[in-house]
Amino acid sequence: MQKPSQSEIQKRVEGNKNRDKLFAVLGLLSTLVGMLTLAVLLVDLSIDGLARLRPHFFTSYPSRFAGQAGILSSWVGTILVMIVTALAAVPIGVAAGVYLEEYAPKNWFTAMIEINIANLAGVPSIVYGLMALGLFVYQFRFGQSVLSAGLTLALLILPIVIVATRESIRAVPGSMREAAYALGATKWQTTSDHVLPYSMGGILTGVIIGLSRAIGETAPLITIGALTFIAFLPDSPIKGEFPFISFDWIWSPYSVMPIQMFNWVSRPQAEFHLNAAATGLVLMVMTLAMNGIAIYFRYRFRKRIKW
Amino acid sequence: MTKMLNGGKMSAQEPTEAVTASRPSMKAMDTSVIKASSGAPVNNIFSVENVDFYYGEKRALKSINLEIGEKKATAFIGPSGCGKTTLLRCLNRMNDLVLNTRVTGQIKLDGKNIYDPAMDVINLRRRVGMIFQKWNPFPKSIYENIIYGLRIVGINNRSYLDEVVETSLRRAALWDEVKDSLHKSAADLSGGQQQRLCIARALAVEPDVLLMDEPCSALDPISTAKIEELIHELKDTFTIVIVTHNMQQAARVSDYTAFFYLGELIEFGETGKLFTAPEKRQTEDYITGRFG
Repeated sequence: MQKPSQSEIQKRVEGNKNRDKLFAVLGLLSTLVGMLTLAVLLVDLSIDGLARLRPHFFTSYPSRFAGQAGILSSWVGTILVMIVTALAAVPIGVAAGVYLEEYAPKNWFTAMIEINIANLAGVPSIVYGLMALGLFVYQFRFGQSVLSAGLTLALLILPIVIVATRESIRAVPGSMREAAYALGATKWQTTSDHVLPYSMGGILTGVIIGLSRAIGETAPLITIGALTFIAFLPDSPIKGEFPFISFDWIWSPYSVMPIQMFNWVSRPQAEFHLNAAATGLVLMVMTLAMNGIAIYFRYRFRKRIKW
Repeated sequence: MTKMLNGGKMSAQEPTEAVTASRPSMKAMDTSVIKASSGAPVNNIFSVENVDFYYGEKRALKSINLEIGEKKATAFIGPSGCGKTTLLRCLNRMNDLVLNTRVTGQIKLDGKNIYDPAMDVINLRRRVGMIFQKWNPFPKSIYENIIYGLRIVGINNRSYLDEVVETSLRRAALWDEVKDSLHKSAADLSGGQQQRLCIARALAVEPDVLLMDEPCSALDPISTAKIEELIHELKDTFTIVIVTHNMQQAARVSDYTAFFYLGELIEFGETGKLFTAPEKRQTEDYITGRFG
């Protein structure tokens, strides 16, 4: 091949530069698609729902009259269900992640478990609902309770927590483990003193991403019998007299915000649709707040850990 | 405890030594040079007998036999991939952490095979400390770094810990530089200081042996000089085994030097002799810079 002349090379360089610019524009457009969709959604929900977001909306039970209806029972339900979900999914998910990453021998069996966990993350949520109906509601006789709902959602987000745990554990440099082992630390000491604390930011992020997925789930909870109209609150967890704390609430029937939304959207009266939009706004703000907390924690932990 | 590998004398209950003595390279090596050194007899703390090491199918160490003198500095030299670091990491069983590896033969610490199933690896590692090529302090305070080895065995007495922190830092020649910032993050120290902190951390558990895996290879000359000086002082109290790429360093700090090439121990002897009058052609070629 003949050596290209200087002007030919120059022409190619110009062409490359143009392709560079082209991608920058395409990338920007792709980013805007996502951003604009979110913005339009927020504006749309706000136009419909903002007028409804008055204090009494948060302190009232559902009602036959759209103007008087509120989300008290469903936001309390959502928070209680989330507490159960977090209490079940975090210890189990983190422990499973630590085991698979630090303890489990690397063989075909653990490889299979790994593939299965990745697959579980993709199972449709309603399938979890069906399984939970058979297992928690009927087999374990937990009934249509906060406990059943929390455990169902915990199963749903378990793969997310496990994968996040494993990934953040893997990011801890091997030299930290070596340093601990060389001083005579056991595997558990190495894990609990070093690996877990150093990967806490990532684990927390995974947990919160999991919880923000769980908070919007509707299908599995309908399957296991969440109520769509509920005019009382679960038993209070805090009591005036000894022992000041009660767990009766876990057996209580419940509703959650996405189900309340679903219920209102399916009514013919347009008035109720405004309530649904307002609930959607609250749900979105809650999710955004959770993500904000995740970002804050990640930043805090990363800043403290330098190597 | 003093078990020399001189050809004729071998204890009957240890058949591996027979193999050792019959290997031609060992005959030529003649570990009696150890005995002759500096007049005083040297106790051997480690005795490596017929050790082979495999990464999967790859044989990284081939029938290694050598003895490491107590309270002496022994240097392992050789080109990259020659097995020197692998052997070093066998001495406190750090290679246990590497998947798919296998060791055969025996490594005896005070006469006990450390690869025996009855050997407690935790205790072994507390007796045989390690300094790594890339300094690896925990992302915690200087103080917390040093006392970690004590914390994990349940020592929490504050005044005792304070004392250990000071003595360890003094021994590692770091005390004067950090005494006012003990509770600051170790990550804020310079590279050389972090490496000396790692030495202090290893000293805090009072090991008998310090294994050093190219401890200066990522340091500037001034920090390197400080650590070499430190090694000189430490070898009065500790047995030191140091892997190095730097032949001047081996010559400066060690009493004995072992030269490895392609997984084999080519030559082992007193440092002065090995560097001035090597017995093997390969050793000579390597130390004069003809290859490696």
